[in-house]
Amino acid sequence: MNAFRDAGLVFSRAMKISLRNPAWVVIGLLQPILYLALFGPLLQRVASTPGFPPGDAWQVFVPGLLVQLGLFGAAFVGFGLIAEYRSGVIERMRVTPMSRFALLLGRVLRDVVVLVVQALVLVITAVAFGLRAPLDGILIGLLLVGVLGITMASVSYATALVLKSEDAFAPLLNTFMLPVMLLSGIMLPMSLAPGWLYNLSRVNPFSYVVDGARAAFRGDFAAGAFLAGSVVAAVLAVVGVTLGTRVFRRETS
Amino acid sequence: MITAQGLKKTFRSRRGSVEAVRGVDLSVEAGGIVGFLGPNGAGKTTTLRMLTTLLEPTEGTATVAGFDLRANPVGVRRSIGYVSQAGGSAPEALVGEELEYHARFYGLSRGDARRRSQDLLPQLDLAGLDTRQVKTLSGGQRRRLDIAMGLVHSPGLVFLDEPTTGLDPQSRANMWEHIRRLRNNNGTTVFLTTHYLEEADALCDRIFVIDAGLIVASGTADELKQQVSGDLVQVEVASGTEGDIDKARGIAAGRPGAEQLTVDGAVVSFRVSRGDEAVVGLLRDLDAAGIALSSLQVQRPTLDDVFLALTGHALRDGSE
Repeated sequence: MNAFRDAGLVFSRAMKISLRNPAWVVIGLLQPILYLALFGPLLQRVASTPGFPPGDAWQVFVPGLLVQLGLFGAAFVGFGLIAEYRSGVIERMRVTPMSRFALLLGRVLRDVVVLVVQALVLVITAVAFGLRAPLDGILIGLLLVGVLGITMASVSYATALVLKSEDAFAPLLNTFMLPVMLLSGIMLPMSLAPGWLYNLSRVNPFSYVVDGARAAFRGDFAAGAFLAGSVVAAVLAVVGVTLGTRVFRRETS
Repeated sequence: MITAQGLKKTFRSRRGSVEAVRGVDLSVEAGGIVGFLGPNGAGKTTTLRMLTTLLEPTEGTATVAGFDLRANPVGVRRSIGYVSQAGGSAPEALVGEELEYHARFYGLSRGDARRRSQDLLPQLDLAGLDTRQVKTLSGGQRRRLDIAMGLVHSPGLVFLDEPTTGLDPQSRANMWEHIRRLRNNNGTTVFLTTHYLEEADALCDRIFVIDAGLIVASGTADELKQQVSGDLVQVEVASGTEGDIDKARGIAAGRPGAEQLTVDGAVVSFRVSRGDEAVVGLLRDLDAAGIALSSLQVQRPTLDDVFLALTGHALRDGSE
């Protein structure tokens, strides 16, 4: 049986269920929009500080928010999988001849579509707030969010499938996500950080993705930061999907 | 339809290992309803999950619906239906949608999936519920939807894990009818697990009794009952005087093959292989001795008796 046909079926079933309850899509969007409205204006003042990266405050802040959306929006999808596991849906799909890879991929694709739509709404809202950026830069930024979503959703599903319990999944997620966020320069650029903190942030692969997205929003595709961010995002996605597929194969073989 | 040799499953955890299934041999012919009877924790579900490719056996081999479990799990999956105890429909999904997608998961085209689910829904008394959300269904309807999903690709072999657990008596009787119809009209082989003795008794053409991870007996309900204990004969002495009860006791003890003679108040009871024949002579002798009876009962053994005799402990029926 064709794995991509299977993935398409899993995707369209999951999508229909998501669309039936769009509240979650809206709730997921609320947070970045609040950041935009209540935190963005603060950055305008900070933009003149020495060490602030090139570009105006929105060009620096909005890519960070997009990456945050990609990270957090997709990291929590594992909770949905645990619910599906509990209601027996996963097991029911496991006894079908469907490809195991498709069981993962279909769900990840659904999450990516939701994420990119959210990101699009975020960018449009940001333009209303005063964001000015080249169109190709914005599109590439959205693409980066999608690729990031693939990584996070795959890893989230794999972790959820191993733990099978919200009580174990939630603390693990918090422990992992907070340092990742703080060390990625999403809120304030890491170029403002003292040396040791900047160096520490360089260990976090997501900080490269943030820098890459910022370069894209400046339209600076020749920058090393853009290349590094894109490569890191792509590598992370490959690693995430490989890991996710492995876990799905093992746990659902 | 199913052959299994030495199926074993050991679960390892930090606190040591648990032998859930200690060596199951099975041979199931095509057609009919086969019951897997045992108390909770006996290894029924674990065995079922191994036979349906959900769990890899620690040891042993099995062929299910013509495919080797280890060598060709996809072949097995294609040919069987499986309805788990927990069910398998998403609460937010629509009934018809869930059924059609499940059909397409088995490779049916969109049109075929639609036709098949339109056939199945009325068969399982779910007509007109296509556009209802799963969470709005009653327990019985939801169970029938689960069963419909297990049948959507017309498999020759269907596994039902505790199909009636949690259903009220009326829904249970209704579910039995659906399961019988599956066998009678479609010739489907049904393999179900249950911890209800009366369910195994009423529904199954063949029963495997499992306890503590081992199969302790198999056969038809009647065979199982015969092999273990005879009919129970109970007479109640009308006068209730000690002398009459004692005489009646003596006469009962004289029946050929009488066993487990007990006296409880004015009631004398014993077990004998053919109770219906034994009472004829018993009544004649009691009458000759001038002992009047106020009641007489002959009871066929129940599967409860069978289970107790086989395992040394009762199967706590319906305790869940």
